[in-house]
Amino acid sequence: MGVIGQLPQAWAYLLQHQGRFLTLLTQHLQLVIVSEFLAILVAVPLGIVATRRPRGRAVILGLGNVAQTIPTLAIIALVFPLLGLGFLPSLVGLFVYAILPILTNTVTGIEDVDDSTIEAARGMGMTETEVLRRIQLPLSLPVIFAGIRTSAVVNVGTAYLAFFIGGGGLGLWVISGINLYNMPQVLAGAIPGALLAISMDTGFALIERRLSGEGV
Amino acid sequence: MSMIEFDNVTKIYDERTVAIEDVSFEVEAGTTTVLVGPSGCGKTTTMTLVNRLEEPTEGTVYFEGTDVQALDPIELRRNIGYVIQEIGLFDHMTVGENVATVPDLKGWDADRIDDRVDELLELMDLPPAAYRDQYPPSLSGGQRQRVGVARALAADPDVLLMDEPFGALDPITRENLQDEFLDIQSQINTTILFVTHSIEEALKMGDKIAIFDVGELVQYDTPRNVLENPKSGFVKDFIGADRTLKKLQVTMVDDVMEPAGPERRGLVDSVEAGQPAAADGGDLVPVSPTDSVQVALSRIIQAQTDAIPVVDGDDVVGVVTESAIRDHRAHGAGD
Repeated sequence: MGVIGQLPQAWAYLLQHQGRFLTLLTQHLQLVIVSEFLAILVAVPLGIVATRRPRGRAVILGLGNVAQTIPTLAIIALVFPLLGLGFLPSLVGLFVYAILPILTNTVTGIEDVDDSTIEAARGMGMTETEVLRRIQLPLSLPVIFAGIRTSAVVNVGTAYLAFFIGGGGLGLWVISGINLYNMPQVLAGAIPGALLAISMDTGFALIERRLSGEGV
Repeated sequence: MSMIEFDNVTKIYDERTVAIEDVSFEVEAGTTTVLVGPSGCGKTTTMTLVNRLEEPTEGTVYFEGTDVQALDPIELRRNIGYVIQEIGLFDHMTVGENVATVPDLKGWDADRIDDRVDELLELMDLPPAAYRDQYPPSLSGGQRQRVGVARALAADPDVLLMDEPFGALDPITRENLQDEFLDIQSQINTTILFVTHSIEEALKMGDKIAIFDVGELVQYDTPRNVLENPKSGFVKDFIGADRTLKKLQVTMVDDVMEPAGPERRGLVDSVEAGQPAAADGGDLVPVSPTDSVQVALSRIIQAQTDAIPVVDGDDVVGVVTESAIRDHRAHGAGD
């Protein structure tokens, strides 16, 4: 029996447990939005610093890469002995995992701005801060936002694992549904997550368009 | 007064690579000096020492009589226009915003900036209504370089540095932009330092030419003197075998024309009647006193005649004859 055939039952399951669903969705949203927001707040400035200091660049990108190579489950498992169970450790795990795509894209975005553009800007008497604010950041905005969007979509998926350390979220339905062979329950937990990922991606695309003005 | 002065300037990169050695020259205010030489000769390095994108290893560069090391580099650069071959337009800003960059950095008020942007786009033959709000990626190479020049002139700098500004353009566009720029140059009173690897461009654009061999300034002189008295074998080779023709290019009609004597009555009358005709009735295009002798000679040959009239406005001011051009060359240059 295909997944498609299960959809009506999944829908029925969701309607039946509406209250529970809203609680789980809220938890999931909180995890994703807070961790993503913090990741942006940390990764973009860190990426900028990395492009200014060659020594720092290696260290920062190295750490970011290491963070990404740890399997998602392992991050959750690693955070657990340190911070225990619940919302906060889940948040930390997701935050660490969300950093790298934003960090690498910030660095490459800024470094990929044409050398001649930078030379012209310096030659016209812009200070380093002005070059960054007026030239490098606006020109690398699409690349930085591509990183944020990737990170956000992955984050929605990773947040399902928060269930393992008591962080709640839609993972509760998906994972217990798998254990119980309850396909409608799995779908009722998984499909909203997919829709959430798509809407976050679209949301960031809109913010990007707003930030870059109507042009280009 | 000299606007820019190099006093025994040496620039060494990484303590090993000598870019230029012991270079000295002065650039008079309001003139155009062209730094020319093969690639890797240090001409671009020399130019970037002026706006402190590079610092000299030894010696001193003076800007309006002051050692540039004593000036704030940011302030200095805002008072010096800068045009590079790659142009380096800011693709996320409109043409108008690009041109407004330095006035904006200098904190001009919005109305003054708007007026200045329109004035410059007008000057560069880019009607503001059509171009001000376009983005650079939608422009052609020639248009982009016009925006680049307009942007460099925006805050009315005393000095303009141009690094192979027309180098990436196709020959026809390049030629047009050179002519237009010569025209603009006569309207503004800016001191220009111009870098190129093309001796033709140097002869055409420069009041003075500085010829560089690997790291060394080998001759600094007027285009005419460079052609007449090349100082070394290198300069001679660099100019090429057609020195004589190149000299025609840098000599003005003004220098060789003579008053129209009675024997040229017919010629003068035909021009004043609005129907210039050669003695044998062939088509004839008059020259102006500021045209090059090369242009005059080419028209003489084309009209299959021995003399053409020189016209300034509506008046015939003289004639240029083939023999006058030959005589001038014979007296001027010694080979």
